[in-house]
Amino acid sequence: MATGLHPSAGDSSTIAIGTGDAIGDINKYDFRTDSPAVFKARRGIDAGIVAQISEMKREPAWMRDFRLKSLEIFNSKPMPHWGGDIAVNFQDIFYYLKPAEQQGKTWEEVPDAIKKTFDRLGIPEAERKFLSGVKAQFESEVVYGSLQEDLSKQGVIFTDTDTAVREHPELLREYFGRIIPPTDNKFAALNSAVWSGGSFIYVPKGVKIEFPLQAYFRINAESMGQFERTLIIVDEGAQVHYVEGCTAPMYSTESLHSAVVEIVVKKHGRCRYTTIQNWANNIYNLVTKRAMAYEGAMMEWIDGNLGSHLTMKYPAVYMMEPGARGEILSIAFASAGQHQDAGAKLVHAAPNTSGRIVSKSISKNGGRSSYRGLVRVEPGARKSRSSVVCDALILDDKSRSDTYPYIEIEEQDVSIGHEASVSKIGEEQLFYLTSRGLTEAEASTMIVSGFIEPLVKELPMEYAVEMNRLIELQMEGSVG
Amino acid sequence: MTAPGQEKLVISGLHAAVDGQEILKGVDLEIGRGEIHALMGPNGSGKSTLGYCIMGHPSYEVTAGSIELVEADGTRHDLLAMEPDQRARAGVFLAFQRPMSIPGVRLADFLRHAVTNVRNPDRKEGQELMPMRDFRSELKAKMADLSIDTEFARRYVNDGFSGGEMKRAEILQLAMLRPKFAILDETDSGLDADAVRLASQSIARIGGAEMGILIITHHEQLLEHNIPLRTHVMLGGRIVESGGPELAAELHKRGYERIRAAYPEAAAAERSLQDAATSNAPHPVTA
Repeated sequence: MATGLHPSAGDSSTIAIGTGDAIGDINKYDFRTDSPAVFKARRGIDAGIVAQISEMKREPAWMRDFRLKSLEIFNSKPMPHWGGDIAVNFQDIFYYLKPAEQQGKTWEEVPDAIKKTFDRLGIPEAERKFLSGVKAQFESEVVYGSLQEDLSKQGVIFTDTDTAVREHPELLREYFGRIIPPTDNKFAALNSAVWSGGSFIYVPKGVKIEFPLQAYFRINAESMGQFERTLIIVDEGAQVHYVEGCTAPMYSTESLHSAVVEIVVKKHGRCRYTTIQNWANNIYNLVTKRAMAYEGAMMEWIDGNLGSHLTMKYPAVYMMEPGARGEILSIAFASAGQHQDAGAKLVHAAPNTSGRIVSKSISKNGGRSSYRGLVRVEPGARKSRSSVVCDALILDDKSRSDTYPYIEIEEQDVSIGHEASVSKIGEEQLFYLTSRGLTEAEASTMIVSGFIEPLVKELPMEYAVEMNRLIELQMEGSVG
Repeated sequence: MTAPGQEKLVISGLHAAVDGQEILKGVDLEIGRGEIHALMGPNGSGKSTLGYCIMGHPSYEVTAGSIELVEADGTRHDLLAMEPDQRARAGVFLAFQRPMSIPGVRLADFLRHAVTNVRNPDRKEGQELMPMRDFRSELKAKMADLSIDTEFARRYVNDGFSGGEMKRAEILQLAMLRPKFAILDETDSGLDADAVRLASQSIARIGGAEMGILIITHHEQLLEHNIPLRTHVMLGGRIVESGGPELAAELHKRGYERIRAAYPEAAAAERSLQDAATSNAPHPVTA
């Protein structure tokens, strides 16, 4: 049985978060655990810090040079002038923390403080079972990871990216920074300079991993940026579903999270990448995610964004060869003091490629959500098809929703569709549900859950449950 | 009218308005548990408004009068002081003429939540729902009893339902929630003759000594299997006449001309309501 890497469907004791008895226990998402940071870099960013990070990690020269060059690019690039208002002082952030000297090999070797944190995440009894297949990022590094034997026998590599730099230099040198070069944008450059942690996955030709690979990320040091770097390579005819989830504790000072995720899906390969992020309300979550899909390959991003002060995230699929497909499903929930500027990007660079974007956003209690998306058809990408559907639900008059759809078509023989809708929860819907005995709050939550259901049903069972619980938490106190 | 010692729904001197326009002009009605009453009347006479007022629709403002649940021992509960969900938990149910669709919410999930709340009136938000296994077996039995395909429960609430399916979903909810008092607002509208007969039979199976039912209808077919104790005629916002089953048959055959002639004051109120509705219309209608 090859299911050790993920909780079995319906086994609620292994759900990542929200398994505590009290669903409404917001404190669960607002805690800190004192963990010994063995190495603590000073605040700020310069060539000295970047070189020190590289040295701490005993990296080869090519990676150190890559980091330093990226720093130059970061310094030379202006802040983006669109999207949200990014009020980050780059010199006031810790760029690297190392929680423990060694990565835990067995559960016994995992530091107690870290175990305690996972406890608070609601994995009380089944830690081992849960963690046995999970890449868990704690602070800046993966502290615990184990890989099912049968996977490694098939040649699958699933490790943290730091380890991959040391152990798989040939793959890293070929792909790292090739899908998203440091020159792509200011935050990709920043990540390239100071990245730490993240996952590296290689699935060899024809290997199909039938169950989702999971990772757990979490920020746990005040005023600390987290810059994980994930690289997934799906070789010809191979298949993988990677799941990344996150809840973050709440902190009083600004915090920056800026990840880079690069994915390559080769001929007839399939990759699905599922994320649910629930950041603390002060986090800037500025993420670059991009996949390149080759002949007949399929790439799917499923992206749920809750919390944070500002999220800017537009998962992209570049369809490089004929028959490639790209799908992006995203959910954003913006509440008081939150701006979700999320969307998607589809680039048709070859004939007969097809793409689909489905975006759902919910704005509540003064929150703002924006859909920002691009569909681009390159010259020669004949018979390409794309459809974009974005629906916004606004829960009250204080909240806001915007749509910024960009469409660039440089080919005649294509089919591109765009639909957008904005709706409010209707008094009649609420009355109907309350007349059946649901409170107004329960009725609103039910309507919101129904609104995102088409995306939630795409999630693995335990994440669907988690997503619904997070929505319930978000909806608490929203009425009356 | 109702026997002493029987639990009843009592409506007295009810006046109600929408957007400042008075629709109900003094409605008196008593329904005991176990009784069936029919409410008939021309369009716009205020029948649906009465249903909404009993259930507590926020757009309908009760300006005078009372709606109470009176227990067998005489204890009175003021429905007007309750939110719609509290009224549902107190045992009141309204089958909607045009039920709302709730996309993405499965009928079974919605119903499990509703049943849990209604059967445990003191349940707090977030507490456990009725066990899935118990709920499912009960739902399955009820659906079989009403000849409803079990697949129906997996569909989203009223989303893409035909008129007939919506009405069947309402009847299924009635069966699962087992209220003390049910108002069925034109549960026959938009149905063909066979569907009306099926609905009539279903309601008869669900009702009984424990349920008081007010059937709002234009037709007598729905009453075929649900012989009303009393039939009431509403005109111009008041119940102007009450009688036995023969009254329903007469109205169905001959319409409301005799009623209008017999109650000129109510007929005048009906006309003024129609005029107000016309003058409020966005595009003036020329005669």
